Amino acid sequence: VNRDVTDVETGRPEVGRRVPAAPAEVPAPRSGGTPPRTARLRTLTSPRVLPVVVTFVLFVAMFGAGSARYDSFFSGQVLLNLFIDNAYLIVLAVGMTFVIVSGGIDLSVGSVVALSGVVAAKLLSAGWSALPVLVLVLLIGLTLGLAQGLVIHFLELQPFVVTLAGMFLARGLCYVISVESIPIRDPLFTAIAQGSIPLPGDTFISPSVVVAVVVVAVGAYVLHATRFGRTVYAIGGNQHSATLMGLRVGRTKVTVYAISGLCSAIGGLLFAVYSLSGYSLSAVGTELDAIAATVIGGTLLSGGVGLVVGSLLGVLVLGLIQTFISFEGTLSSWWTKIVIGLLLLVFVVLQRFLVRRPG
Amino acid sequence: MSPDSLGRLTRSNLFWPVLALILLLAFDAIVTPGFLSLRLQDGHLYGSLIDILKNGTPTALIALGMTLVVATRGIDLSVGATVAISAAVACSWIASSPDPTSGGAALVGALLALALVVVLGAWNGFLVSVLGIQPIIATLVLMTAGRGLAQLITDGQIITVANPLFAQLGGGFVFGLPVSVVLAAVLFALVALITRRTALGMLIEAVGINPSAARLAGVRARGITVAVYVFTALCAGIAGLMISSNVTAADANNAGLWIELDAILAVVIGGTLLSGGRYSIVGTLVGALVLQTLTTTVYTVGITPEVTLVFKAVVIIAVCLLQSPKTRELLRRRRPAIRPEPVLEGVGRP
Repeated sequence: VNRDVTDVETGRPEVGRRVPAAPAEVPAPRSGGTPPRTARLRTLTSPRVLPVVVTFVLFVAMFGAGSARYDSFFSGQVLLNLFIDNAYLIVLAVGMTFVIVSGGIDLSVGSVVALSGVVAAKLLSAGWSALPVLVLVLLIGLTLGLAQGLVIHFLELQPFVVTLAGMFLARGLCYVISVESIPIRDPLFTAIAQGSIPLPGDTFISPSVVVAVVVVAVGAYVLHATRFGRTVYAIGGNQHSATLMGLRVGRTKVTVYAISGLCSAIGGLLFAVYSLSGYSLSAVGTELDAIAATVIGGTLLSGGVGLVVGSLLGVLVLGLIQTFISFEGTLSSWWTKIVIGLLLLVFVVLQRFLVRRPG
Repeated sequence: MSPDSLGRLTRSNLFWPVLALILLLAFDAIVTPGFLSLRLQDGHLYGSLIDILKNGTPTALIALGMTLVVATRGIDLSVGATVAISAAVACSWIASSPDPTSGGAALVGALLALALVVVLGAWNGFLVSVLGIQPIIATLVLMTAGRGLAQLITDGQIITVANPLFAQLGGGFVFGLPVSVVLAAVLFALVALITRRTALGMLIEAVGINPSAARLAGVRARGITVAVYVFTALCAGIAGLMISSNVTAADANNAGLWIELDAILAVVIGGTLLSGGRYSIVGTLVGALVLQTLTTTVYTVGITPEVTLVFKAVVIIAVCLLQSPKTRELLRRRRPAIRPEPVLEGVGRP
């Protein structure tokens, strides 16, 4: 009965060849002492790190171009605003990185963002206090992710279909709860929304940025420095081999989707704070932004390759495109989509030639 | 019916989607008396069934192309954007032509739109087969950029057209049936005929099972891959013309929004595996009808239309679970092998 699945996995010659490299090479710059310069250079140009370096160079180049073109562009605050405006997307991209590195995909994140916002707004307006609402929303996200992971692993359904169903379910539940936008007037939420943390140089960040940075740090630690993280890479490289190696494939796969669900809920709360409302129609298509950011950040959609910091850079690049368009003033919003599409193309083709050709 | 044949029937890939369709229609017939009735008015057929067919046509048409793409172990996320581009090109051409009501303008506009979407399909096929990029990401590029392109073409406006010939495609009737339905039916029949009466269908499946092996066996895997993406884009282009003709306008933002997901769902519900190598044209047709009937049912019963999504999710999960080999294995293990009666009950409560 399982022949279909294994045929697909073992029938492709490239997966076997790529596996041993995947888990071994990725978290390269972790050795204690300073490596020789050639070794460091080799790390930077390895197929797994180079896309992230390219993204970083692109980001710097774009920022430089913006600074040359517009007067007030070159400032710390413009840079920090990228974090402030995209805090929720950063969190989503971290969760998405886990899923994509494991070889899966999660289409439900945008809907879970909306659901989290709507649930929070509804409960707050019904008189709940902020803390239980936060806990409940996080639990809902975690549970949805966990359920999807369980279905994907134990019933062997494709992640694409399962998370698509999750996307419809979460979005539908939003409408069941409320079709109209619900404003949030809770003191804690408004305090966080209006709060700003001053930084040197007359700049500031919002509390949401702190949350996003913490999520990135925790995500990077878990994916790059724990046994669980190694297992995620191994599964993405070749699930069959990972099973044969005796790794806990099932538990890891389910956990990956639970992490993405949790990140979606955190992202949803950040978005609710950012917009101070819960609305069923918010964050439509955000899953695509998260996927695009992850891919631009150097993560391979076939799994096994990717860095959390790359996804962060991916989100910043997307944010920078928006900033460009708002600075330009006369450019229409659809150019954002066209540029993101072109960037996706460049990075996908780049990865194609960096990673060895399958078949 | 003998126990053996009942068992074989429930194992058939078409059994559950067809059952779902029958149950939905039966439910509608009970809740809304006269749901199944058709009436002839001015030589045209009217009725809820015709509405289901007509509203489901664009999705079904795109799902037809998607079936072949999925059979090659691919996926095309860009069809929604292609719908928007096709609608935008046709309507912009017609609206800006010297005589926006002439049949010539409609023809040239439609042909221009279809020519452009063929190029877009070839582009997807090029990325997938020549550059070897995974289909989901290769078509994600056009999915993201395409809607932007459509907005660029329409300059962000909704372009309305009043062209009698163009309006025929989405609103006209032929032999008492809507033009779009007849056109889609002809395309379905053609594809079923061409892929199943020649070796083409088998070659497509061979590419889906193992592209390298197919190539080594002398199958032109590259050409076939490009061809299925071009065909899907063409289907999406025609669907785009139908949608814009039906509302006599091109809305770059909303035309064909999320239609790729519905089309993929129709394919999956119809029993075609996303892992490729096997497909069912009839299954896809049934899948598309199930989706549309579900939407119509929710409307008829008077539930808030937005809640359709919840029902859709439930149906997807149910159908996928019932089709999953793993679920069947679990169910088989749980009950004694040869007992006919509990087959249906047992499946009902997994």
